Amino acid sequence: MTAAILTRGLTKRFGSLTAVDSVELAVEPGDVYGFLGPNGSGKTTTVRMLLGLVLPTSGSVEVLGAPIPRHARRVLHRVGALVEAPAAYGHLGARSNLALLDAAGPGGPRRTRRARIDEALEQVGLAGIGRRPVKAYSLGMRQRLGIAAALIRRPELLILDEPTNGLDPRGIHEIRDLLLGLNAEGTTVFLSSHLLAEVEQLCRRVGVVDRGRLVLQDSLAALRAPTGQVVLRTPDPEWAVSLLDGSLRRRDGDRLWISAPDAAELNARLVRQGIRVSEIAEERRSLEEVVLAATSASSDRVDAPAAEPAGAAAPAAPAAPAAPAAEVLDSHPPAAPLPRRRPADRDGRAAREGSP
Amino acid sequence: MIGVELRKLLLRPRTWIVIALIDALPTLVAVLLAITDLAPRPGTGPAFLSAVLSNGVLFPAAALAIVLPLFLPVSVAIVAGDSIAGEAQAGTLRYLLARPAGRTRLLVAKLAAVLVFVSLAVVVVTVTAYFVGTNLFGSQPLGGSVVSVSGTPLTVQEAVVRTLLAMAYVAFSMLGVAAVALFLSTVTDSPLAAAMGALAFLVTSSLLLTLDAAGALKPYLPTRYWLAFVDLFRQPILWRDIARGVGLQSVYLVVLLGAAWANFTTKDIKS
Repeated sequence: MTAAILTRGLTKRFGSLTAVDSVELAVEPGDVYGFLGPNGSGKTTTVRMLLGLVLPTSGSVEVLGAPIPRHARRVLHRVGALVEAPAAYGHLGARSNLALLDAAGPGGPRRTRRARIDEALEQVGLAGIGRRPVKAYSLGMRQRLGIAAALIRRPELLILDEPTNGLDPRGIHEIRDLLLGLNAEGTTVFLSSHLLAEVEQLCRRVGVVDRGRLVLQDSLAALRAPTGQVVLRTPDPEWAVSLLDGSLRRRDGDRLWISAPDAAELNARLVRQGIRVSEIAEERRSLEEVVLAATSASSDRVDAPAAEPAGAAAPAAPAAPAAPAAEVLDSHPPAAPLPRRRPADRDGRAAREGSP
Repeated sequence: MIGVELRKLLLRPRTWIVIALIDALPTLVAVLLAITDLAPRPGTGPAFLSAVLSNGVLFPAAALAIVLPLFLPVSVAIVAGDSIAGEAQAGTLRYLLARPAGRTRLLVAKLAAVLVFVSLAVVVVTVTAYFVGTNLFGSQPLGGSVVSVSGTPLTVQEAVVRTLLAMAYVAFSMLGVAAVALFLSTVTDSPLAAAMGALAFLVTSSLLLTLDAAGALKPYLPTRYWLAFVDLFRQPILWRDIARGVGLQSVYLVVLLGAAWANFTTKDIKS
């Protein structure tokens, strides 16, 4: 079976800036693929190369088995796309806009156009939109129209860049259900986003891009595999500590991190000893931790060069390493206070141990 | 694709407003002439105007001469400058190309839409001018004659044929402007910059035409032969400047459209 998206050594340079560097994406048919990365990491440039808008400096792109941009005409009509913000002709209504776009390329038969447009508007919740010109739409309505435009030819592959931008929580929920429903019918979904929560709830495979390089590509289940530790909360922490001394890894009040292969077995052991357990669970890394570990500082962050006084070298970079959390993860609910392991980042700077 | 671009052009209120405005100027001139009966002396003012008081059949040609130097090029520059840059600015260009519309196809369709716009503007101006002219100034009865620029008579039929030729020539001259604006439209993402750039090009050309020091350049300036359509109303028709005008415009068209195509098909669409 041909891959939905396959890139080999995909590289784009703008002058001296390498925006995308040897990216090897592999998206299988039927995937829901989350393409993650900080702002300015090359996500949008990559998406534009997938659609033949930006021409690669080197490397190749295949979408639905056809090389892009050479054979774009053969396959791109089977792809629905939302690239950054939606766009439409402001003086026309939703149906006229969709009809014009549909008529502008191959694979959109006129006979079925009206029915397809009605169906797409229905899917995104704009069925009763009427003839109002798009310039009178709210941000959320424009976003829905943009998604409808991606759906009018019932595409095999959806390439969506920040599809829930401008939608309220209910709208986000609707679009998520819509995408999952389409995926269940066989549509491959490629979702580029910096919203980790969105990707975590929707995607089965994840690629993480940082400064133009694909630093991680794996299934979400594998990335979030148990860490081998069990998090335990108990009203009798002292007792538990004395019992489990050798396998205790960390303690925070009544919360204990214990190295144990099986939470159920540990639970049984504690209860047999009469230790009360109020919470027990295998520790899993959140996607947030995985992504933070894999990426460096947000590239829209511009720090002044640090003027470090000699002797105060080690703790002198206080704000920088913690900053991407706020930037990248703005909508992510704070996770339970887990130890955050951050290896040295690519510059060799030792990242600070994040405090919970 | 061409059909889509035509629908966009014709569905856009701006298209019709611009054409109405272009049309308003010669009509205003006609009304003023009819009220005051004060025609410019022969050889002064816009071409043909001195003659229209005696015969309205020449007014379409006069109307073309009125809109040709400024109004028509401005409107063509706006429409052609908007073609790619306007889509880029609105963000619709990336969706059209991802559709995929095909870059060459899109450019050809845009050019076709500009061509239709130019023809539409010229036809509307001429037809309005014909009705305004014949109603305000009267026309010789059928079979009578119209006095040509050379002073010899033209039959009404000849006048009509020559007016059609003049319309074609004016439209073709405007394609040169369209090609400049279309090229600039592929370079910038600002439709205003593209239109203004094309106009700057024309103003430069018109300015150099008045300058004796630029004499060596004159045969190559794009606006040099624009008014040569007047020669179509001479008896016999003076083809020399018209042929040169067509040739010169063709060179500008080929070079600029080639540049537009080369630029647009190899460009990174980042809008």
